[in-house]
Amino acid sequence: MIRDLNDRLRRVPVPLVWVLGTIPFALLVFDAATNNLGVDPVQTIEHRLGRTAFYLLVAGLAVTPLLRLTGVSLMRFRRAIGVLCFGYAAAHVLSWAVIDMGLLWGQMGRDIVKRPYLLFGMLSFVAIFALGVTSNNLSLRRMGARAWRNLHRLVYPAAVLAGMHWLWAVKVNEMAPLVWTSLIVALLVLRVAIPRTRGRSA
Amino acid sequence: MKLSWSDVTPQWMYLNRRAFMAGSAAALALGGQAQAQALTARPSPLSTDEAPNSFEEITNYNNFYEFGTGKDDPARNAAALTTDPWSVEITGLVERPGRYGVEDLAPENALEERIYRLRCVEAWLMVVPWIGVPLASVLNRAGLRPSAKYVEFETLLRPEEMPGQRRPILDWPYREGLRIDEAMHPLTILATGLYGQAMPNQNGAPIRLVVPWKYGFKSIKSIVRINLREDQPMNTWQQMQPGEYGFYANVNPQVDHPRWSQATHRRIGAGLFAGREPTLMFNGYADQVASLYAGMDLRVNY
Repeated sequence: MIRDLNDRLRRVPVPLVWVLGTIPFALLVFDAATNNLGVDPVQTIEHRLGRTAFYLLVAGLAVTPLLRLTGVSLMRFRRAIGVLCFGYAAAHVLSWAVIDMGLLWGQMGRDIVKRPYLLFGMLSFVAIFALGVTSNNLSLRRMGARAWRNLHRLVYPAAVLAGMHWLWAVKVNEMAPLVWTSLIVALLVLRVAIPRTRGRSA
Repeated sequence: MKLSWSDVTPQWMYLNRRAFMAGSAAALALGGQAQAQALTARPSPLSTDEAPNSFEEITNYNNFYEFGTGKDDPARNAAALTTDPWSVEITGLVERPGRYGVEDLAPENALEERIYRLRCVEAWLMVVPWIGVPLASVLNRAGLRPSAKYVEFETLLRPEEMPGQRRPILDWPYREGLRIDEAMHPLTILATGLYGQAMPNQNGAPIRLVVPWKYGFKSIKSIVRINLREDQPMNTWQQMQPGEYGFYANVNPQVDHPRWSQATHRRIGAGLFAGREPTLMFNGYADQVASLYAGMDLRVNY
């Protein structure tokens, strides 16, 4: 049955993931155009972009544990998921800088070094940025597989930092950041707990 | 003479400016009980001449954790709150303790309109046309004893109608406090309405505090108890995070929240590309209130 599913998944074209991945952005544009972003559209845009990036980060981290646990392979789609995550994270940071902070560079710089939630978020984004710009085949060839893989292990600290960024940004212990950050920790633990098996190469 | 909200924004305009969000509790409240109670209030020289935010903005962007932590949760969840009957218990160091009805505390003929800036500790700002009475008038009616140095306020505790209280995210019921000179200051009011009508539930019906020079969380909502005491009370946010929230919570661009800057804020309703405005000392009320804090180190007493 798993083999059957994997066979069918192999026939799904990767560009479909790209198309699906643009839906949250399209919805945001639609809501903005129809004046449906609520009383504070700045915050809505910023938060929706950030949450989407976060969900994609979790999705990308879930690929390997899913394979090891069930044998279902979404490996072909992982790069697209990762690059989409980078896109939403970049849009999130851009929305913070432009529409939230109004490009007050001085205050932005001071805030990043002084505020843990911004520092966590920025460090996470720097890592995601590095992965995003090296996600192409050319970079993989130039860097060599080993160096490339080592660099892309940055996704683990980036994910933890993103969770801390969300947790530190809220005023009380809210459910959403707690649940999603726990999920990230669980996925990382799974990765260690279930070692790679031979025969099912990742 | 100061302008009233109706001079700035005709009613048909603020009602029609944007279609109300479908299914919003604000719309329900408008169609239901709240609409019946139109309030008339005389304008006040203490009002700002800045344009108030729309009714829709004021009633759909609320921090009222008793109804959820999202800004639109109160509008969605507060319709179920029973605000009639309601009484406020005045206790402690007063001559005439007891239970008072909302009408007793804020009689119709005493109502004033106070258009105030509201600066949230989260670094956003709104302008709200409140209707209410000076807190001083209420405290004088109860009769302050000389030993009364602080006022403590308490919000209703009713988890059946306040779903946010079913989780211990804060130590319910919500509590706040003021020093007696802050409480007696003419800017400090107990508000029972806004925009010419009874207070919408999500804004703290039926009666709430408004202290315009302090961060919004000091302006406690849906008050059931006012207690006069000699020692400084503990407010809920200070109890939760003493390093982040103090007793005074005066708006102060020079003293940052540990996790974000208070130097600037965004004005709600200003549009996508309006950017930020500089935050004003005591939220622009420094002329009236700075003297209350003469000689105090506001970095220590944040």
